[in-house]
Amino acid sequence: MSATGIGAAVRRTEDVRFVTGQGHYTDDFHRPGEGHAWFIRSPHAHARIKAIDAGAAKQRPGVHVLTGADLAADKVGNLICGWMIHSRDGSPMKMAPHPPLASGKVCHVGDPVAVVIADSLAEARDAAEQVRVEYEVVPAVADPAKAKEAGAPQIHEVAPRNTIYEWHLGDKQATDAAFASAKHVAKLDLVNNRLVPNAIEPRAAIGEYDPGSDSFTLWNTTQNPHVARLVIAAFVGMAPEHKLRVIAPDVGGGFGSKIFIYPEEVVALWAAKRVGRPVKWVAQRTESFLSDAHGRDHVTHAEMAFDESGKIVALRAKTIANLGAYMSTFSSSVPTYLYATLLSGQYDIPHIYCEVDAVYTNTVPVDAYRGAGRPEATFVVERLVEIGARELGLDPADLRKRNFIKSFPHQTPVIMAYDAGDYHASLQKAIEIADYKGFGKRKRESARNGKLRGIGFSTYIEACGIAPSQAVGSLGCGVGLWESAEVRVNPTGSVEILTGTHSHGQGHETTFAQLVSERLGIPLDNISIVHGDTDKVQFGMGTYGSRSGAVGMSAIVKALDKIEAKARKVAAHMLEASEGDIEFRDGKFTVTGTDKSAAWGEVALNAYIAHKFSGQELEPGLKEGAFYDPTNFTFPAGCHICEIEVDPSTGETDIVGWTAVDDFGVVVNPMIVEGQVHGGIAQGVGQALLEGAVYDSDGQLMTGSFMDYTMPKAENFPPFRVDTTVTRAPSNPLGIKGCGEAGAIAAPAAVINAITHAIGSEDLSMPATPGAVWAALQKTKIREAA
Amino acid sequence: MPAVSLAVNGKPVTADIDPRTLLVQFLRENLRLTGTHVGCDTSQCGACVVHVDGVAMKSCTLLTLSLDGAEVLTIEGVATGDKLHPMQEAFRENHGLQCGFCTPGMIMSALDIVRRKGHELDEKTIRHELDGNLCRCTGYHNIVKAIAAGARAMGGGGATQQAAE
Repeated sequence: MSATGIGAAVRRTEDVRFVTGQGHYTDDFHRPGEGHAWFIRSPHAHARIKAIDAGAAKQRPGVHVLTGADLAADKVGNLICGWMIHSRDGSPMKMAPHPPLASGKVCHVGDPVAVVIADSLAEARDAAEQVRVEYEVVPAVADPAKAKEAGAPQIHEVAPRNTIYEWHLGDKQATDAAFASAKHVAKLDLVNNRLVPNAIEPRAAIGEYDPGSDSFTLWNTTQNPHVARLVIAAFVGMAPEHKLRVIAPDVGGGFGSKIFIYPEEVVALWAAKRVGRPVKWVAQRTESFLSDAHGRDHVTHAEMAFDESGKIVALRAKTIANLGAYMSTFSSSVPTYLYATLLSGQYDIPHIYCEVDAVYTNTVPVDAYRGAGRPEATFVVERLVEIGARELGLDPADLRKRNFIKSFPHQTPVIMAYDAGDYHASLQKAIEIADYKGFGKRKRESARNGKLRGIGFSTYIEACGIAPSQAVGSLGCGVGLWESAEVRVNPTGSVEILTGTHSHGQGHETTFAQLVSERLGIPLDNISIVHGDTDKVQFGMGTYGSRSGAVGMSAIVKALDKIEAKARKVAAHMLEASEGDIEFRDGKFTVTGTDKSAAWGEVALNAYIAHKFSGQELEPGLKEGAFYDPTNFTFPAGCHICEIEVDPSTGETDIVGWTAVDDFGVVVNPMIVEGQVHGGIAQGVGQALLEGAVYDSDGQLMTGSFMDYTMPKAENFPPFRVDTTVTRAPSNPLGIKGCGEAGAIAAPAAVINAITHAIGSEDLSMPATPGAVWAALQKTKIREAA
Repeated sequence: MPAVSLAVNGKPVTADIDPRTLLVQFLRENLRLTGTHVGCDTSQCGACVVHVDGVAMKSCTLLTLSLDGAEVLTIEGVATGDKLHPMQEAFRENHGLQCGFCTPGMIMSALDIVRRKGHELDEKTIRHELDGNLCRCTGYHNIVKAIAAGARAMGGGGATQQAAE
């Protein structure tokens, strides 16, 4: 391993600009003559728009007010969901129209009704005060469990009983039969709480139109600029792709919420042409709560069947998934193919059956949020295993070991073919680091201090490296999920890597350069990673689903293979040797058995001056591109162990220990990977203990700011003990599995398993606030007293 | 429009401004010092923390007009030329940042913690003192390490002492 190659904890090259305040986020850009946009949003969850009176506002100098009617007049298209799901009866999902500005009715609090554009944001807000929107409020439904009930208000004409699809996966008959003959059945009713992603950088967009070239530019906080361009071109119909440039500069966190194509960026582009000036919009935090796609929000009943030896024989689950008021870009895939396909966990379960009903409600749309479906699946599986172990009187670690998949490849009953892993190794290592043996002693010490101590496991699995295009295509995905790379070698030997992925905290500028440094034997300083601009990078699918290493870096490998092959040809001409005799190592080309050599930079220069070969036999230049389509998903897996203390007098939970042992395959930069694990755990703990978007029965969001939605803070955590085990991913050339989502997937079940262990009750929902834990404890006391 | 005079990163600045201009707007829009960020509208995230007369304050909550004569330090004024401040170096060395958006506010708060609490900071103190700064990426683990290391380095202890393994 070289000091800057794969496996080295290289300090990040992007950090100097961030620690000095020299990063360039969307809000840092200004365009000449720009106007500022303020969106007027519905205060009602469900209402008809009777009239919009913008007369007074429009009288103000420089003020424009645009509405859904203007949008319709300009034939601006609707936003779409790009993943087709069919119901059990074969019918396609019921996708309702989603205009970027409400047309005739509003469907959630925060639904944008009009946009005001003025010389300054203050002036736009002042003008917005003078716009009168007359609503006729109609009944709303926010609770997904109630959305399908007879008599519930119907939100969209296309979706009777607010049902988007009634989907299933697995063999119901065989699963039910296995349950019928099972020795023991563990049961669980749960709500997977709705979360607000809350990247610290709010979403933002600047739209610009150039009449001279009849083309648009969009600066946007997006995780996937090319997908944004494709959707805005092909579906919204704003401009053809070659007339639309999307720039995603430094982006301040995404966690999924910046994958999707949102109304505001479409409106900023359209309005820029319509009013004849660049239009800038930056979300206020409250707008983030009211318009960024939320995550999770499942209501689930699940059961796990065991035989007399503690072997899991079957699992079944029935889930109602809340997709909110409109179908966001990839919303349909999250509670289906990213959820039910992971219900086998790390276990050899012969029979699995899952039904998922997706519903509309009068709430903010729900889509992928860190983990996306996989945290929900892991919570179901890992809670049931833990409950099963407790009910059967078995050690939860032993029960897991008894049921682990031990040979690979392993075909689960729910589509996925796991290709590599060693679940016993990560569990065993975690048990040792966490000193599981010493838990009893620690519990007694806690008891002496009046505290209840608990320990909880979560042996999770995820499907990452998203994804083989053929596979996702067969499951309804509207796009391929390969990745692209281009390697441009300059005549002086420096290298630019153009990638279709996007970095918004993951450190690609460092890790991708590590790969190139190792491969070409050149220093990191001579390598630039270029991303986030559709005018520079030809196409790419962006960053989500822990895909950038496994898929994005594999595309770079493929392009580097081509670069090396061509450079060898150039070197052979320079060194007057046959190509087969050229060796390339540590940035130097040599001729086998001689002392003749050429450095990387000399070969690069010769490729461009082309003095040593004719243009007929070898093209001048050194630039190659590649598209890489993985052959399988990757399957990161591991074991997280959470240890907590509960104060029985207050219900307050204190996390006193956290151990994570993850198998991410080959690790490119252990420092960055550990950072990803830390961040994921914090979001998972946030879900388990603190966070939850709350709607009242009228569809008002009661948690609309950081004052009433509890964000995890430094004080909520102990130091994390993070380690890894390694089995290579066989499906990509680097053996990488991906690490971005693991913590968020593993953590909620580990926390809740620990608290329920401490308090002796399984009846505890997330977030396990002090009030919820205290109430659960009282129920236990009452039960025990009776 | 009324005038205001203050010093930002050691340079005198005088401007006629809309009376409702917040300090963060003045820094970002008027002076184009875009290292100070806005992450919320309720003074909770801390991405906008700067120093006013040597004390950490949330610039989203200050009216610029109230700061006539004040000395303001932003993240852009922390390094000396190309040389990073030990606290900036500690954040880089300990991987105390990911997307970088909360980082300027974190560093400005960290410097204020050192001013108030000294160079030997235990983990509990740092975590408690970060109550006004939110980070969604790092899980705080490496931020806590970075601040401890940076504080020591500011006291002459060396920034790399507690580097990530």
